[in-house]
Amino acid sequence: MTPTVTPYRSGRPVGRDGFFQLLHAEWTKFRTVPGWVTGVVVAALMVVLVALLAGVSSNQKGSPPVPIGPGGEPVTDSFYFVHQPLAGNGSITVSVPALRSSIPTGPADLRPGIVPWAKAGLIIKQSTRQGSPYAAIMVTGSHGVRMQDNYVHDTAGLPGSVSAASVRRLRLDRSGDAITGYASADGRHWTKVGTVHVRGLGPTAQGGLFVASPPSVHGMGTRGSVSTAVFEDLRTHGRWAGGIWTGDQVGRKSPSFAGYPQNTSGSFTGSDGSFTVTGAGDIAPAVRETLPTGGTLKDILTGTFAALIAVIVVGALYITTEYRKNLIHLTLAAAPRRSRVLVAKAVVLGVVTFVAGLAGAVVAAPLGTWLARANGVYVFPVASSTELRVALGTGALLATASILALAVGTIFRHSAGAVTTVIVAIVLPYLLIANPFMPASVSDWLTRVTPAAAFAVQQTLVPYHQVTSIYTPYNGYYPLAPWAGLAVLAGYATVSLAVAAALLRRRDA
Amino acid sequence: MSAPGIVVAGLRKRYGATLALDGMSFTVRPGVVTGFVGPNGAGKSTTMRVILGLDAVDEGTALIEGKPYHSLRHPLSHVGSLLDAAALHPSRSARNHLLWLAHSQGLAARRVDQVIEQVGLTSAARRKAGGYSLGMRQRLGIAAALLGDPPVIMLDEPFNGMDPDGIIWMRGFLRSLAAQGRAVLVSSHLMSEVQDTAAHLVVAGRGKAIADAGVADLIAAASGGRVALRTTAGAHAMRVLAHAGATVAATGRDTITVSGLPADRIVMLLSESAVPFSEVSAHRATLEDVYQELTREAVEFRAATPTEVPR
Repeated sequence: MTPTVTPYRSGRPVGRDGFFQLLHAEWTKFRTVPGWVTGVVVAALMVVLVALLAGVSSNQKGSPPVPIGPGGEPVTDSFYFVHQPLAGNGSITVSVPALRSSIPTGPADLRPGIVPWAKAGLIIKQSTRQGSPYAAIMVTGSHGVRMQDNYVHDTAGLPGSVSAASVRRLRLDRSGDAITGYASADGRHWTKVGTVHVRGLGPTAQGGLFVASPPSVHGMGTRGSVSTAVFEDLRTHGRWAGGIWTGDQVGRKSPSFAGYPQNTSGSFTGSDGSFTVTGAGDIAPAVRETLPTGGTLKDILTGTFAALIAVIVVGALYITTEYRKNLIHLTLAAAPRRSRVLVAKAVVLGVVTFVAGLAGAVVAAPLGTWLARANGVYVFPVASSTELRVALGTGALLATASILALAVGTIFRHSAGAVTTVIVAIVLPYLLIANPFMPASVSDWLTRVTPAAAFAVQQTLVPYHQVTSIYTPYNGYYPLAPWAGLAVLAGYATVSLAVAAALLRRRDA
Repeated sequence: MSAPGIVVAGLRKRYGATLALDGMSFTVRPGVVTGFVGPNGAGKSTTMRVILGLDAVDEGTALIEGKPYHSLRHPLSHVGSLLDAAALHPSRSARNHLLWLAHSQGLAARRVDQVIEQVGLTSAARRKAGGYSLGMRQRLGIAAALLGDPPVIMLDEPFNGMDPDGIIWMRGFLRSLAAQGRAVLVSSHLMSEVQDTAAHLVVAGRGKAIADAGVADLIAAASGGRVALRTTAGAHAMRVLAHAGATVAATGRDTITVSGLPADRIVMLLSESAVPFSEVSAHRATLEDVYQELTREAVEFRAATPTEVPR
């Protein structure tokens, strides 16, 4: 019995076929589940809310101002300065036969020690005001002769440490705003270390001898050190005031200077071109350790952490709900090319969470910074390009984490397992590095190889080679560059997505 | 023109130690409703998932209009299916559920509203599907199957959870789809559900089709040309007819079943011998009898087998 029938032919035009249709379908799916939309909005709001709380709850009103260098960055500008005015051009020469440092090992127990960036030498500085422009040439504890200017610039000169057998002779010439530094090991052969142009020295600058002795790092803390240098054969040429030298502690009270070790103080003795100078502090860019009360953009964006959990949950549910409800059958019947379904989901989820993170950061960063500053908190300044990178990076961080959750959800086909796995992979390392007692080597490893490396994309602090400090993720210094850190997470997401696609293709739905 | 309908040939699939499909073969032709019946675990749902490319088989082919499902570019305009009416996101509205499906096929929202009206869900379309009764979910599932206006429709247990009105509506609806020239495959584990709807039956048991024939043919075969005779003189009648070469059996106090002789010959013989009788009619087996007969072996096998077929 085969009745003669005309098989049905639809009169409907056939729609377009392609990836765009899948994207459209997945976007419709996403936006029509109120819980998911709420989750993403909550993620953005968490970033803003935590920034508001951080800004409002901080109160450091009345704290002394942080010295700011000519480049706008916070600086440490606390050192012992033996100086006199230099009204125009001139030069100054000195021999340094000794630089000795002491580090406290207990209360009132000062022992000789090595402070690698203890500094003793010649400086020409606009004034004794903290943060004023300068150029200097110096011997250091273990980095040889250096020429430095305006806090952040550093040029290496003669290597080797200084001693009676290895005297270093230093010379600084000013000609307009050009200052040239020279060094010599024997007083006859001089090597030019560098010429720098220092704006704003003014017609009458202060010049002379200086000693600085930055804190010494011990494990996870620092101890203030003090250093003493011997200067001989001090000679000046040019428009120096002549006569007496004045000794001053520059920046005695400053947020970036913890003061002298107990029972020590800055001083100078001597005359006729021979001086012994004792000093503490540093002339250098401020880092997190020297400015512990300072806040960073990353601190303000701490809400990213909560947002991350929200988007991980949404990312996992975006696929695991389909498995739980057997909706995956309909999805794959509508789109038999399964990898494309997964890619469409990843694109939709990525774009949505990226926009949420970006929007949250764009609102939170200026608002939180403004509130914190209004409450007297010093916030490490960032270039607008850095602020843009942090905002884009926050969006990318949320997007990549949610795509990782989507991929893991596809592999597990189970919400609880997927959410737990991804949170453990990202959030647990983050919690570990947020522990100040975590050894630096462990933190360093965690922020290199685990998905938590991606938090590097929010870092704004830059480590300086000429400042010994504790450059750990806890302090806001990540071992990987911002985008390199994000790339680690992206690597995890890409591999997981590839595994998920392979399983999705191979397994029965 | 490509072959219409669904052609399933030699499907074999093993889940671990269990053979879920063991040479399943049948054809679903356009213009009729084909009932796909068999006990739970006979392989009906697995076969449907294989047809939709959701499950892979170890052997065999399943073709939609002559093509494997994977090669279809707009699958939903070739075959509309309903596998599981509960396959919904509970907080998505019914309309939005159909909308994403429409978008995946490049179809406009207008088409969504058409199918919603077709299945009578217009007033509830914007409510969350999670609050739907099973019967409403079945209607929503049918709407999804109709979305691409496909020539082939495949529904797994569409009568489940439907109230009597719904069942009547569904039967009429399925017949109308077939009348439009569509190939319609409807599975059920209850013969009574497809009884008045299907013109063609595929009976599944133990992973294969144990019957694939028209309903009329199946009933005729099961009736086996038997004639039912109502008479008060049973013993006399049986003697006369047995003498004439028929096989006779008393099936009730006043009823006798006769096989081997056509009805007109029986009437003639009884009249010649003056045996009184009140009724002579062709014995008609019910579909239920057919089904029971065909699946008895499969059910017994299943009862004796400790391993359940998954899903």
